Amino acid sequence: MAPRALDERAVARFEESVLPQLGAAYNLARWLTRNEHDAQDLVQEALLRAFKAFHGFRGTDPRAWLLAIVRNACYTWLRRGRAQEVTTPFDEEVHTPDGDVLNPERLVLKEADTTRVRQALEELPVEFREVLVLREIEGLSYKEIATIADIPVGTVMSRLARARGRLQIGLAGPPDGGGAR
Amino acid sequence: MTCQEARSLLHAFLDDELDLTHSLDVQRHLDTCPACAREHSAQRALRTALRDEALYFRPPEGFTARAQAALRASAEPVGAADRAGPPSGFPWTRRLWLPAGAMAGVLAVLVVTILRLGPGAPGQSADDLLAQEVVASHIRSLMPGHLADVPSSDQHTVKPWFNGRLDFSPPVKDLAGEGFPLTGGRLDYLGGRPIAALVYERRQHIINLMVWPAPRDMDRPLTVATRQGYHLLHWTQGGMNYWAVSDLNEAELKQFVGLVSP
Repeated sequence: MAPRALDERAVARFEESVLPQLGAAYNLARWLTRNEHDAQDLVQEALLRAFKAFHGFRGTDPRAWLLAIVRNACYTWLRRGRAQEVTTPFDEEVHTPDGDVLNPERLVLKEADTTRVRQALEELPVEFREVLVLREIEGLSYKEIATIADIPVGTVMSRLARARGRLQIGLAGPPDGGGAR
Repeated sequence: MTCQEARSLLHAFLDDELDLTHSLDVQRHLDTCPACAREHSAQRALRTALRDEALYFRPPEGFTARAQAALRASAEPVGAADRAGPPSGFPWTRRLWLPAGAMAGVLAVLVVTILRLGPGAPGQSADDLLAQEVVASHIRSLMPGHLADVPSSDQHTVKPWFNGRLDFSPPVKDLAGEGFPLTGGRLDYLGGRPIAALVYERRQHIINLMVWPAPRDMDRPLTVATRQGYHLLHWTQGGMNYWAVSDLNEAELKQFVGLVSP
């Protein structure tokens, strides 16, 4: 049956180019939602949505394409009021720390202190968290991040700088349950 | 290059996003300015901390397979009845958001199913057809939002929920103590009647247990089948039909069956 063959080809093509990006999609969703179950649901939902839109995809970067869809799904979910963070408009100036954020003495980093890093990153506003996750954990370029987050490349750079400053402060603060180091 | 200029380019420098000329300028500045060099090394330390493999969240076991199954189920063309068909639930067993296209699919599959059940469709037993429906229902349940109508691990919440929705009361056991926690229940439609689907989990594997009444004195021993990579265990006991379906391995699934019907 012709339509069936067509369908199977579409599924195969989609599976070949988009399915390998599922790990990156899950990682992003997990960081944005901070919750394993919603991350799974949102990625599945995004995957089905991506499949429906796949015939219109002409780009060369299926990862950025899928991540943009996943990101949108996560933001919609966040705005639905399950989390408060996106309900107040994001203002980079307001969220930027005062003073000399670049003072390295404030950065107390112990090697392999993953729990604290994860916690500090999770506490950042989602717009900061997302650029850091995409840049450092996923290893994407400014251009790719700009595509996914739908912001200019210059904004990617300034937002990353601010996000890193915020993270440094978060890490320099008194550690939860930890003493002086 | 002033410190201010260097700081404004430092992140792009760190991220390898600068052109060669600017990159060399920043490097020269860092070589001569201890304050900026310190900041640079602090940023590098932060980067090392963030690139820790432990910060990369990997999807749970079986996630890709489930996503793929859901994808294939959604892409399955109408009328492909020799495999798991598209959604075959009746509108009232599904929620209102079932899209119109799927409704059309439902009708088409029903027509196909009826034709196949007729005298002109030899070669497949009623059990084979039912097994197809069970697998289709299982795959459909793995799609987001379809798994449970009543998400609860409490058997005393799940069992009463079926009251008034079914003409029988399915036996509901929580097997959390045995490593098969109950996670919810939903209505489904199988073999031409509404049935109870109970959802259990084993690690990240979903088990659907479909239950509906059988004629009296028709107990049947356990039969095992595999379709599309899913294990199907079927038996009849105490006036109830049971189908357990999952991607869980057969041994553990049999253990599960032993707990459901000791």
